[in-house]
Amino acid sequence: MAEHTIKAFDEEIDRLRGLIAEMGGRAEAAIENAMLALQRQDKVLAAEVVEGDKRIDAIEAEVEKLVIQVIALRAPMANDLRDVIAALKIVSVVERIGDYAKNIAKRVPLIATNTRILEPISLLPSMGQVAGEMVHDALNAFAARDADLALAVVERDTVVDDFYNSVFRTLVTFMVENPKTISECAHLLFIAKNIERIGDHATNVAEMVYYAATGQTLPERERGADMQPEN
Amino acid sequence: MTEEQTKLAIENPKMSARDVKVFYGDKQAIKGVSIDVGMDHVTAFIGPSGCGKSTFLRTLNRMNDTVASARVEGEITLDGENIYAASMDVVQLRARVGMVFQKPNPFPKSIYENIAYGPRIHGLAAGKADMDVIVEKSLRRAGLWEEVKDRLTESGTALSGGQQQRLCIGRAIAVEPEVILMDEPCSALDPIATAKIEELIHELRGRYAIVIVTHNMQQAARVSQRTAFFHLGDLVEYGVTSDIFTNPRQERTKDYITGRYG
Repeated sequence: MAEHTIKAFDEEIDRLRGLIAEMGGRAEAAIENAMLALQRQDKVLAAEVVEGDKRIDAIEAEVEKLVIQVIALRAPMANDLRDVIAALKIVSVVERIGDYAKNIAKRVPLIATNTRILEPISLLPSMGQVAGEMVHDALNAFAARDADLALAVVERDTVVDDFYNSVFRTLVTFMVENPKTISECAHLLFIAKNIERIGDHATNVAEMVYYAATGQTLPERERGADMQPEN
Repeated sequence: MTEEQTKLAIENPKMSARDVKVFYGDKQAIKGVSIDVGMDHVTAFIGPSGCGKSTFLRTLNRMNDTVASARVEGEITLDGENIYAASMDVVQLRARVGMVFQKPNPFPKSIYENIAYGPRIHGLAAGKADMDVIVEKSLRRAGLWEEVKDRLTESGTALSGGQQQRLCIGRAIAVEPEVILMDEPCSALDPIATAKIEELIHELRGRYAIVIVTHNMQQAARVSQRTAFFHLGDLVEYGVTSDIFTNPRQERTKDYITGRYG
């Protein structure tokens, strides 16, 4: 894309994109590490994820400040306007994604008190991986202004939803058969729900990216049947 | 019609231009512009210097007639009537299609006379009482009455720049025009005076078809409902203002409004 006549404007836009790329990378790593910590019952890694969320929050605040500054001083128009508004909305969503990853990490010690590893835990990593990839692709789509990639993320949301429904059923069956594990399994249910929400949020990011790139809003999606009402 | 065409469609356009070309000697300044101007919208013309926006504006009330080398081709109608027809009375046309210029240019006469001059030469007032009513009404519509009602005999040139520009708008209004053309009406004014003119444009909308040429894109965004982007004599894009400023269709429009114009 051609440069702005005013160079400082380009620098600010570049900084904005850089911050969002960093934030996305950190959120993605948080999901990955939270799932790893869960799988390995690694409390130290889980604590790192919780600690790392502070930087994600800080980037959100920094982006908000920068967006307000750009709007006030540069009066962005057209695709520039769509980009900065998308940036503002995206960071608040990615911050939520970071919170979900943190919440997963916080549950690791509560599950890890058990001497044996809960069997249903094995269901979660692949679900977490899909959600993590969606976050990754949604933010890559923003960096590249790639509407097609954004669209592909939106379409993948049903995969996470299907995962969630399947995990939900499996966990309920497992709890019925192993009533002593109910408290740990309840945490796993929350973790599954968190991952499902991460998928939804990644989809929201992708929708914003699509709008920023094209100026068109995506039509309302058909939502897959869910075991629980949307919150 | 597509959704976009429906949004842009203007029923009973006040003025219509079809394939309008303007030449200054051998040089072509406008390359075939077609556009409709409606009563319900303020239409803004934007574009870089030399793009032809002011030249095109001036074709709408035949101000280019005053430029010896200028030649206009194509058709421009006011209520369906060709304004370049031999039967068109140009003085009458310019009363119906008034103009406000970049630099406020009140007559070196009293505030009262500035307003009364047009109605008098057009025979719009039956007597002094009638003229008083026209002057007050025009100054009220121009948002100037409260500021000048006690000093109508003072010279129009003694007013501040912003007041002078509103006086000029009042002067245009006094002859009961149908269309008001404004050629960068705020470029010589400070932000407060500019805001007052913009508020005035907003109030006048609907009563007159208003076309404004502006270098200030924020102003176009603030005051207009339709925006036309001119570049090198072409009408590159004409659309709903909020669409032009959030999602322009043409690359040239986008580059210009985002400040990437090279």
